[in-house]
Amino acid sequence: MLDVRNLEVAYGSIRALHGVSLHVPEKSIVTLIGANGAGKSSTLRALSGLIKTKAGTVTYEGNEITNQAPHRIVARGLCHVPEGRMIFPNLTIEENLRMGAFLRRDAKGIAADMDYVFTIFPRLLERRKQLAGTLSGGEQQMLAISRALMGKPKFLMLDEPSLGIAPLLVKAIFQKIVEINRTQGLTILLVEQNANLALEVSSYGYVLETGKVILEGPSADLRANPQVQAAYLGI
Amino acid sequence: MEQFAQQLLNGLFLGSIYALIALGYTMVYGVLRFINFAHGDVFMLGAFSGLYLNRWLGPSLASLHWSISLTIILVLSMLICAALGILIEFLAYRPLRNRPRLNVLITAIGVSLLIEYTGQHPAVFGATQQPFPALIPANNISLTGNLAVTNTQMIVFVTVVLLLVALRYIVMKTRMGLAMRALSLNPTASALMGVNNSVVISFTFGLGSALAAAGGILYASLYPSVEPFMGIMPGLKAFIAAVLGGIGNIPGAALGGLIIGVTETLVGGYSSVVGLPTGYKDGVAFVILILILLFKPSGLLGKTEREKV
Repeated sequence: MLDVRNLEVAYGSIRALHGVSLHVPEKSIVTLIGANGAGKSSTLRALSGLIKTKAGTVTYEGNEITNQAPHRIVARGLCHVPEGRMIFPNLTIEENLRMGAFLRRDAKGIAADMDYVFTIFPRLLERRKQLAGTLSGGEQQMLAISRALMGKPKFLMLDEPSLGIAPLLVKAIFQKIVEINRTQGLTILLVEQNANLALEVSSYGYVLETGKVILEGPSADLRANPQVQAAYLGI
Repeated sequence: MEQFAQQLLNGLFLGSIYALIALGYTMVYGVLRFINFAHGDVFMLGAFSGLYLNRWLGPSLASLHWSISLTIILVLSMLICAALGILIEFLAYRPLRNRPRLNVLITAIGVSLLIEYTGQHPAVFGATQQPFPALIPANNISLTGNLAVTNTQMIVFVTVVLLLVALRYIVMKTRMGLAMRALSLNPTASALMGVNNSVVISFTFGLGSALAAAGGILYASLYPSVEPFMGIMPGLKAFIAAVLGGIGNIPGAALGGLIIGVTETLVGGYSSVVGLPTGYKDGVAFVILILILLFKPSGLLGKTEREKV
């Protein structure tokens, strides 16, 4: 579904990605793990058009989308839940969700999807008229994922959904991610520092180090790999 | 007491116009985080388009009721200035979108001077003051006691209120308004929702400029003379009103405008009591600016944004 070839990204003179290649098949969960500064977020930002690439190509459903404007990429069904969640703090939960459905015109479908995300995350329903800035970190993450789902994406990119969230809540959120993948057939590219969890829910993984893919393989193999175990799984 | 009430009323009418201009400053600040110093000049262009439209269309509008011809001239001027505002953003500010904000700010001052001095050229508006036509027939309405309100003041006030209600509807209830609010909170996130930020920014400039144009015509109806520099003072005062209310805050801008208008009128009315020339009324806004920056830089209704991480 998504093919990335030799992606290169630089911030000024600092190169963040040195030719990253990825492949994400339809309806799968693929993960990108690595330490801080390995280039995980930069990869996602380049895929969603937030930063321009220096070289390389991004092909989505057979069309090249390299360096298109973010709003055009979203319109194709690629949705990015950025690091730090970036919810709109001074809008209500409901307005945040309506922003997620910004490109849609089907009022009925939007209402149905809003009900759907409320069934996945009932906490949001209780707080729908509340300003999003008043939510806890975990609730904000739920909102960020829900907001992305409101756009009816075909391809969802999640950047560090576990960051700064209580461990219990992290488990719950990951369960929901898997559930959404299974029931909706949504393809997911997951970026995580919590490699354990990420390799547990995904089918295939890439290990990024200083802007390069140093290892890739089925998630089960990566979990059994001594190198990965030592560096990322704390075993 | 009656004199005080009368001054208060006069201040309210003037303040409502400041409010209209202040909204443009605050909305543009909201989406682009910079002060569009050319906004006062769009106000001036609004007054001039009212003048010229009345000159050209006046004969054909003569048979209509004044309220209809006023509406036509007002709406056309707002459309013209909305287009000009969008053009200014497109030509002057958009190329600097990813540059340091100071560059845009300085450019805004340049655009302001360009408009003012181009306007002074005899082939454009000319440097001399021109009388502004009475679009609203002069007529005093007596309230209780000795309070008097002119027809013009009433129409100005009603028009401002209608425009504010319309603006509130656009910002709070429409899709574009939601996008404006989202963009002002986080441009990256709004882009990731599929918002074309450039379109929203253009829309915001158009909306702010249309309000400034209406402000220009209403102001010129209260003080019926126009010249290319007429936008400087009201523009600065409205900018202060926006800061006073909390820059980026829409109700704040309206409140700030009213406060500046009332304070200015009261100072003008009573400065002789303490032995000051009435000209000091123009200074009071700046005193307010200094005070607000010293004691409450976020403005009366402005909140320091807080987000949990």
